Amino acid sequence: MPTSASTLPAVPMPARLTLRAHWQDRLAQGLLLASCVALALFLLAPLAMILIKSVQDKDGVFVGLQQFREYLATPALKESIWNTLWVSTSVTLIVVPLAFVYAYALTRSCMRGKGALRVIALTPILAPSLLSAISFIQWFGTQGLLKFMLGGASIYGPIGIIMSAVYATFPHALMIVLTALLLSDGRLYEVAESLRTPTWRKFFTITLPGAKYGLVSAAMVVFSYTVSDFGIPKVIGGNFNILAIDIFKQVIGQQNFNKGAVVGLILLLPVLLAFIVDWSMQGRLHAQFSARAVPYVPKRSPWFDTSMFAYCCIVSLLLLLVLGMAIYTSFIKLWPYDKSFSLRHYTYGLIDAGVISSFFNSLEMALYVALFGTIFIFGVAYLLEKTRGMPLAKSALRLLAAMPMAVPGMVLGLGYILFFNHPDNPLNGMYHTMTILVLATIVHYYTSSHLTAVTALKALDNEFEAVSASLKVPFYKTFFRVTVPVCLPAILDIGRYLFVNAMVTISAVVFLYSPTTQLAAVAILNMDEAGEVGAAAAMATLIVVSSTLVCVAYALLTRFLLTRTQQWRVAHAS
Amino acid sequence: MSLHCRPVNVSHSSPTEQTFLHVAGITKRFGKFEALREIDLDVGRGELVVFLGPSGCGKTTLLRIIAGLETQDAGTIVQDGRDVSRLPAIKRDYGIVFQSYALFPNLTIHDNVAYGLVNRRQGRKLIESRVRELLMLVGLPDSGAKYPGQMSGGQQQRIALARALATSPGLLLLDEPLSALDAIERVRLRGEIRALQQRLAVTTVMVTHDQEEALSMADRIVVMNAGRIEQVGTPREIYSAPGTPFVADFVGKINMLTAIAESGGRCRVGSLSLAIAKSGLVPGTAIRLYLRPEEIGIHANGAAPAGALPARIAKVEFLGAFCLVGLELAGDDVPVLVANVPRQVVDGAGLASGLNVRISLPPEAMRVLG
Amino acid sequence: MKVALGLRSLTVLSMAMLLMAGNAVAQKTDLNVYTALETDQLKAYTEGFNKAHPNIELKWTRDSTGVITSKLLAEKANPVADLVVGVSASSLAVFANEGMLQPYAPKGLDKISKQYRDPANPPMWVGMDVYGAAICFNTVEAAKLKLPKPQTWQDLTKPIYKGRIVMPNPASSGTGYLDVSGWIQMWGDAKAWKFMDGLHENIAQYTHSGSKPCKQAGAGEFPIGVSFEYRAVTTKKSGAPIDIIFPTEGLGWDLEASGIMKTTKKLEAARTLMDWLATKDAMELYAKNFAVVAMPGIAKPLDFVPADYEKRLAKIDFAWSAKNRDKILAEWTKRFDSKSEKK
Repeated sequence: MPTSASTLPAVPMPARLTLRAHWQDRLAQGLLLASCVALALFLLAPLAMILIKSVQDKDGVFVGLQQFREYLATPALKESIWNTLWVSTSVTLIVVPLAFVYAYALTRSCMRGKGALRVIALTPILAPSLLSAISFIQWFGTQGLLKFMLGGASIYGPIGIIMSAVYATFPHALMIVLTALLLSDGRLYEVAESLRTPTWRKFFTITLPGAKYGLVSAAMVVFSYTVSDFGIPKVIGGNFNILAIDIFKQVIGQQNFNKGAVVGLILLLPVLLAFIVDWSMQGRLHAQFSARAVPYVPKRSPWFDTSMFAYCCIVSLLLLLVLGMAIYTSFIKLWPYDKSFSLRHYTYGLIDAGVISSFFNSLEMALYVALFGTIFIFGVAYLLEKTRGMPLAKSALRLLAAMPMAVPGMVLGLGYILFFNHPDNPLNGMYHTMTILVLATIVHYYTSSHLTAVTALKALDNEFEAVSASLKVPFYKTFFRVTVPVCLPAILDIGRYLFVNAMVTISAVVFLYSPTTQLAAVAILNMDEAGEVGAAAAMATLIVVSSTLVCVAYALLTRFLLTRTQQWRVAHAS
Repeated sequence: MSLHCRPVNVSHSSPTEQTFLHVAGITKRFGKFEALREIDLDVGRGELVVFLGPSGCGKTTLLRIIAGLETQDAGTIVQDGRDVSRLPAIKRDYGIVFQSYALFPNLTIHDNVAYGLVNRRQGRKLIESRVRELLMLVGLPDSGAKYPGQMSGGQQQRIALARALATSPGLLLLDEPLSALDAIERVRLRGEIRALQQRLAVTTVMVTHDQEEALSMADRIVVMNAGRIEQVGTPREIYSAPGTPFVADFVGKINMLTAIAESGGRCRVGSLSLAIAKSGLVPGTAIRLYLRPEEIGIHANGAAPAGALPARIAKVEFLGAFCLVGLELAGDDVPVLVANVPRQVVDGAGLASGLNVRISLPPEAMRVLG
Repeated sequence: MKVALGLRSLTVLSMAMLLMAGNAVAQKTDLNVYTALETDQLKAYTEGFNKAHPNIELKWTRDSTGVITSKLLAEKANPVADLVVGVSASSLAVFANEGMLQPYAPKGLDKISKQYRDPANPPMWVGMDVYGAAICFNTVEAAKLKLPKPQTWQDLTKPIYKGRIVMPNPASSGTGYLDVSGWIQMWGDAKAWKFMDGLHENIAQYTHSGSKPCKQAGAGEFPIGVSFEYRAVTTKKSGAPIDIIFPTEGLGWDLEASGIMKTTKKLEAARTLMDWLATKDAMELYAKNFAVVAMPGIAKPLDFVPADYEKRLAKIDFAWSAKNRDKILAEWTKRFDSKSEKK
């Protein structure tokens, strides 16, 4: 036995060395691998099932591309591809300029009430997309006050879909464009100023190019959202066929999962394309802002400020009118014949009908999603960014974390039903449980949360882990004592994002819920489908109220943390 | 300290009693890029060794390999008689300070310094007294309750140093510790670190790209370039006897003249023939002559030693205590030389551009390399 | 001390309660039942059943006919349900064709009308009650638009109703399918499709559920909604200004019916429920909502439903409906699914 070998230094070493793994490294690597397996299981496997099902017939016999040929041969279904694309493109072309001007007003003018205008512009996020559709029917439907504005055209169909989608996607576009505009360098404007550049030229040479990638990103997000959203066309689309509705009809109406898988794959394509465009832009976006920018400080300009203020007020008013109509609808007796105040949609329509339980299911699910989702997503981001080794597993994990953004919710949901209800799947006990809803929702909203976590972690000094190791402090201790407290604002932000989205999500869960786990947004859909518009509006109102409360709680908590536990941050700022 | 300062044979080294850190055959690649190639090095107990080199030369990689933060592809590291080559960082014995300070922003200064102590389950009183002692040591006795964000860069780096020393590690690693600081703070802190290191007699490896820092702090300097060690030696050796053109060029200012060897201890630079101390060169070989600017003698008022060469002052650059004087030698194909002259001399002799002078180039100061 | 004691006794108490609750659950048999019955009906039926059989707990899985049908088919390989109760007979016939059901003759089967049960012996499924087509007609909006009240299906193809009619999409709605299969079985292929071509010209939209057309008629969104009589009656009762029309040619209809899943592991309890569903007590409960129930002589006249309602029902063969379901839906989809593009 070479007992003394370890103390003798000059022993020739093999060409490739690895460090002896400490149990702590093993722990980190084990967790990393486990996360990989988890995401493969809850993201890749269901998607793979869709691929498999799309080339099989109902009895599981391989038929190649026959299902695709059949689908494309149906003229009505081919139309829905075209419809999906032109509607989504229209929404994108409307929303992005609207959001850009709004964001421009918020960042480049000295108008009053910026805080309030910003909050109002973000309210649509709190509501399920169905709310806007219901509200637009109330405004512009046969009995609507504003029906005359459509000049005889029907709100049911592309007009309604576009209007509702514009409402629902506006805040998403606004947030992205706002970030892009905030990131631009104030020094560029100072230089332009010193060169006596006219305002319009500054706009076209500095502002627009600076926000270019943000605009593209916003456009892609809006496009993907509209392509994948199923709630809006379901409620207001009338007989206007789009792909998301086709999947629903194939799966629910005709019980044809294989055809559903085919449509799912077709739906995947435009979203995937948008995702790739966005992703390649992201790289350039970061390159653009790598240097430290000086924030731009707007100067007063009465005419400009006033017109911007007027624009924002009009947009805000419109947004509030949409929300307001839904709330109003929930409190009247019988639209449109008896508009007296009544709580019967809440008492009779929700509580007595037993539908209220779906609201509590949603709350429960949203809490689980926020809790476990935040822990998992932040944990994985930490393992990716701050632990050493396993480059292959990390690359895989990065890819897996980015993928959900490219997968429409309905496609994911369909994959889940196909994968988890397969009799040979040992996990099929999860089918119809709250667990599967929570998992699907976490995966569905994974990418944004992941990016938030990664950004927060990247802002930390890279050497914390090295310092801890040199001080012989286990990595998890530093994780809990330093990483988590420092990233707390980002962690809370992820939790809020997941909660709010879990409250309104519909496309990922519409195939997965069971009656004991029915969710509020699905209940809205079902109630609307049954013509119970008042009760549907009441449920939507409950969702908006609860999400608002969570956001207020988040704001208060963040402020509390900033003043109490995050003293160091305040100290830093001073 | 100077007891341990012995020149080390670069190509081969073996551990001795005084050797604290023994590095042998360290090789590291990043893909196709060879970051380190067959690095051998011994660091004596209590010694402060500085890795000096341009960015990308592999000095930081070598430090991180010693720390176990990177893994070498081949090679051995023995620390204090223990082979640590394959030990993970957490199993090794060192304290480390980074350019970015890497202080935990959410912990007070006290908690930062105590970070490694708490983990050792020492008594609270023991920890308290140790933290106090360390804060005293780095000259910030009253800052325990503050947060890092409330302190200056220099103060933060002192705290980082205190944190690294808290557990009394056998080895202190400093990764460009002064690079993020402003010039005044940098000079002040390098003196402090050196004094502290000597007081505690802790073996220290520091990485820097700043030659002045290296010269002022090191017991020995390891000059690195492109993944290899160019030269190891005391600051004085490195400065006055650079072993390679790279070292000559990188450390301090130097004049380089391309020349052809002639017989009889002379060589030819353009149309000039210069005396050099080195003999035995085969006549006709191309050589390079290196001459420090301060070695050039300038004689303004006729009284010049024998062999002085006529030259014209091209320009005088005022640098405070010293001036850089650009000299055009009379002759064909001769380079412009730069001399370093004390301000008093410049003023006393009335050196100004356009003035014709004579200059002496001492043969013993002309180093022949390459 | 006192506090500690209090806590301990509280723990003991709560543990005892947990045990008791556990026992109570353990004695019961859980049955997973898939249904398309309305929630308010479910409550009454569950109470009625548990009065007779307190040891069987019914775990309802409720959704619309289309969704429940698709769920059962999706779970075919791995069924969760022990029974299907109150789902359309044409869906149950599909399940029977797929081999998902097991035959069972509940006690008192002989008292059930022949046309309201699976003709096989023993039957795969047994009916509960009948729901049939009805038209909801908004009198207020009709007056505004000067629309005459239609009396027959054929009336609906008149140009005056262009863009005024909503009906459920048969691909997603059980009610929609009973309309379409009713017309085909009443009139034969050629005439029925010709009628639907004409009707299609007047349709404003095809909805996904059978209730929505009547609700929309009730809200004046569209004055005429093709729906079913239960929803028509509840909508009228809620105060909406509608008349309920039962077209004179005959009404497509379906049964709410029940059957036992082949894969159930709780056969005894499942049979107990099937037995109860065919009792007179149960039939009396159905009769509160439906004008026609499977046991003759039980039904009483309902508000707004004519006394001769049963006689107006078309002759329907559920086996035929189930067998031709795919074909009919494919044809319908091909003809009408891209409605909005061809206005």
